[in-house]
Amino acid sequence: MTATGIGAPVRRKEDQRFITGKGRYVDDINRPGQAHACFLRSPHAHAAIRGIDAAAARAMPGVLAVLTGEDLAADKVGGLICGWMIHSKDGTPMKAGPHPALAQGKVRYVGDHVAVVVAETLNQAKDAVEAITVEYDVLTPVVETARAAGAGTTVHDEAPDNVVFNWHLGNKPEVDAAFGRAAHVVGLDIVNNRLVPNPIEPRAAVGEYDDAEEAFTLYTTSQNPHVARLVLSAFIGIAPENKLRVVAPDVGGGFGSKIFIYAEETVCVWAAKKVGRPVKWTCDRTEAFLCDAHGRDHVTRAEMALDEGGKILGLKVHTIANLGAYLSTFASSVPTYLYAPLLSGQYNIPAIYCEVDGVYTNTAPVDAYRGAGRPEATFVIERIVEVAARQLGQDPARFRRRNYVRSFPHQTPVIMNYDCGDYGASLDKALEIADVKGFPKRRRESARTGKLRGLGYSSYIEACGIAPSQAVGALGAGVGLWESAEVRVNPTGSIEVLTGSHSHGQGHETTFAQLVSDRLGVPIDSVTIVHGDTDKVQFGMGTYGSRSGAVGMSAIAKAIDKVIAKGRKVAAYVLEAGEGDIEFKDGRFGVAGTDRSLAFGEVALQAYVAHKFSGADLEPGLKEGAFYDPTNFTFPAGMHICELEVDPETGHVTIARFTAVDDFGTVINPMIVEGQVHGGIAQGVGQALYEGAVYDADGQLVTASFMDYRMPRAEDFPSFAVGMTVTPCPSNPLGIKGCGEAGAIAAPAAVMNALTDALGHEGIAMPATPLAVWRAAQASRPQPLAAE
Amino acid sequence: MYAFDYHRPTSVKEAVGLLTDGAKIVAGGHTLLPTMKQRLAAPESLIDLGRIPDLVGIERTPRSLTIAAMTTHGAVAESAEVKEAIPALAELAALIGDPAVRHRGTIGGSVANNDPAADYPAACLALGATILTNKRKLSSEEFFLGLFETALEEGEIVTGVSFPIPHKAAYEKFRNPASRYALVGVFVAKRPSDIRVAVTGSGSNGVFRWTEAEDALAKRFSPKSLEGMSASPDGLNSDLHADAAYRAHLIGVMARRAVQKAADR
Repeated sequence: MTATGIGAPVRRKEDQRFITGKGRYVDDINRPGQAHACFLRSPHAHAAIRGIDAAAARAMPGVLAVLTGEDLAADKVGGLICGWMIHSKDGTPMKAGPHPALAQGKVRYVGDHVAVVVAETLNQAKDAVEAITVEYDVLTPVVETARAAGAGTTVHDEAPDNVVFNWHLGNKPEVDAAFGRAAHVVGLDIVNNRLVPNPIEPRAAVGEYDDAEEAFTLYTTSQNPHVARLVLSAFIGIAPENKLRVVAPDVGGGFGSKIFIYAEETVCVWAAKKVGRPVKWTCDRTEAFLCDAHGRDHVTRAEMALDEGGKILGLKVHTIANLGAYLSTFASSVPTYLYAPLLSGQYNIPAIYCEVDGVYTNTAPVDAYRGAGRPEATFVIERIVEVAARQLGQDPARFRRRNYVRSFPHQTPVIMNYDCGDYGASLDKALEIADVKGFPKRRRESARTGKLRGLGYSSYIEACGIAPSQAVGALGAGVGLWESAEVRVNPTGSIEVLTGSHSHGQGHETTFAQLVSDRLGVPIDSVTIVHGDTDKVQFGMGTYGSRSGAVGMSAIAKAIDKVIAKGRKVAAYVLEAGEGDIEFKDGRFGVAGTDRSLAFGEVALQAYVAHKFSGADLEPGLKEGAFYDPTNFTFPAGMHICELEVDPETGHVTIARFTAVDDFGTVINPMIVEGQVHGGIAQGVGQALYEGAVYDADGQLVTASFMDYRMPRAEDFPSFAVGMTVTPCPSNPLGIKGCGEAGAIAAPAAVMNALTDALGHEGIAMPATPLAVWRAAQASRPQPLAAE
Repeated sequence: MYAFDYHRPTSVKEAVGLLTDGAKIVAGGHTLLPTMKQRLAAPESLIDLGRIPDLVGIERTPRSLTIAAMTTHGAVAESAEVKEAIPALAELAALIGDPAVRHRGTIGGSVANNDPAADYPAACLALGATILTNKRKLSSEEFFLGLFETALEEGEIVTGVSFPIPHKAAYEKFRNPASRYALVGVFVAKRPSDIRVAVTGSGSNGVFRWTEAEDALAKRFSPKSLEGMSASPDGLNSDLHADAAYRAHLIGVMARRAVQKAADR
């Protein structure tokens, strides 16, 4: 390992600019003549629009335009799309209603887009928004996930009972048979709470139209600018792809919420042509709470069948997934194909059957949020495994170990083929780091001060490296999920790498450069990573699902191999040797068995001056591109252990220890990987103990600001104990599995298993707020203390 | 934000002269400015008291501590005089908001706003503080009238708060998990003449004294005197974060912890 190669904890190259305030985010971009957009949003969860009177608003100072859904329709601007077709178990396609960027006839959630004002200044736009009069017929809203189906009111006429799909996966007769011969059946009702993503940078967009070129540019906070361009072009119909440039510059966090193609960004680029001025919109925090696609929101009944000794025989899961008022870009895939295929966890479960009802409600759209389906699956399997161990009177760690998958490849009953792993190794290491042996003593010490201490495990597995295009195509995806890369070597030997991945906090400018430095033996500072601009990078699928290492970097590795192959040809001419005799090692092309060699930079120069070979034999230049399509998902897995202490008098929970042992395959930069794990754990603990989006019966978002929506804070956490085990991924050239979501996937179950262990009963749901914990502690206080 | 006129007077007299009907005083602005940014408040003019030298400072006499209105929470939290005279008050100030809030927010702004979840009103009521204005002196009982409501009259500005120095005092706060305001805050003061227990964050009519606890503590100033006691849930707030029963219970817990802390001093 070199100081800047694979495995080195290289300091993040991008941080100098971020921490000195020199990052360039969308809101930092101001175009000449720029106007400002402000949206009129629905105050009602569900209402028919009888009329919009914008005359007064249009007459206000600085107002350039007031646009509504009618204008969109007149311009034949298409609706927003959901890019994954799900079929119900009866074979019918999902029942999706239209999703116009500005409401047409009806509003369907608080914050829904009714009209937009474009004005000279933002304040003028806000003033004019207040002057628009809308006549609404308020309708009864559908709010509760569990009661949406057949609620009596219909969110979209296309889905009369509000059920978008009734999907299933697995083999029901086999599962029924397993339950028929089970010695034990364990059941659990689970609510997976709705979350608001809250990246530090809210969404923003600047749309611009160049009437000389008849071309649009959209600067936007996107995790996947090429997909945004494709959707805006092919489906929404803003402009042909060659006349639309999408730029996603520095982006301050996404967690999934910036994958999607939203109304506001669409409207900005469309309105730019209408008013003949660049149009800017920056989301405020309240709008982000109301309108960023939320995460999770499942109501689930799970049952597990076990034999006499505690071997798992089968798993049966029924989930109602709240999809919100409209189907967001990948909404349908998250509670289906990103969820049920992970229900086998790390266990050998012979039979699994999962049914999912996706429902419309009058709430914000729900889509992928850090982990996307996999945290929900992990929560189901890891909670019910824990409860099963408890009910059978077995040690939860031993129970897990007995049921672990041990031989690979392992075909689960729910699509996934696990390629490698060593779950017992992660467990062993985690047990040691967490000092589980010392737990009983620590629990007694807590009891002496009136506190309840609990320990909880979470053996998570996820499917990353999303995804083999052929496989996802067969499952209904509208796109392929490969990645592209181009390695441009300059005559002086410095290098630009163009990638279709997008960094919005992940540190690609460092890790991707480490790969290049490692493979080509060049200094890391001579490598620049270019991403986020459709005019520079030809095409790419973006960053989500922990795919940039496993898929994005694999594409780069492939392109690097081509560069080396070409360099070998050039070197052969220059060194007057056979191509087969040229070796590339430590950054030099040399003739095998001699001391004749050329540095990488010398070969680059020779490739461009082209003095030593004829154009008839070899093309000049040194630039190679590659597309990499994975052949399997990758399967990061590990063991997280949470130890916490409850103050039963107040309901306050203190995370005493948190141990994470992860197998991410090859690690490029351990410092960045640990950072990803830390952030993921914080979000996972946030889901378990703090965060929850709450709508009232009228469909008003009660938790619409940080005054009521509780984010995790640094002081909530101890120093995390992070360890790693490594089984390199066999399906990609670097052995990478992915690390971006592990913490958020594993932590909720670890925390809730610890909390229920402390309380001595299962009667508490996420988020386990102080109020909820206090109530639950009332119910159980004597039990855990008596147990000691 | 809507347009407004901005004034920055250099004397209380000048400030009072500017205090017209549509005017609002800025004494830190941590409640007012966010409300204005959300267009929920639209004052015609703002009078910023931040440049009036007379309104900043802490003065200690043998029996009292007087804090001028525009003294920041940060200054109170770090003041050696406050820490020595009434350490509970410095601790309370250190629990308000975050460092940015503590270095802008002021004691005068806090008491004049009388947010039902603010910390200072509990200290004022428990310590028996006198609220000083440009016109008069009011006892805390007279001053705090209800939710965001005080006895301040037209043309009246809070200039300071004078705290009698107690024998012992302590403040215990259970934060609203999201906002970090007091979900329940209990300030206990053992004064030369009596014992007072004031509760913030809970009452549907703002800060109040828990007289049952005061009576129990009068017999013996010990957490044991409050063993098993909860406040009455009648008149306590219920919201997403805490219902009245939980608040009533927490008042008992926080009061016991505050008494223990005070007794340990």
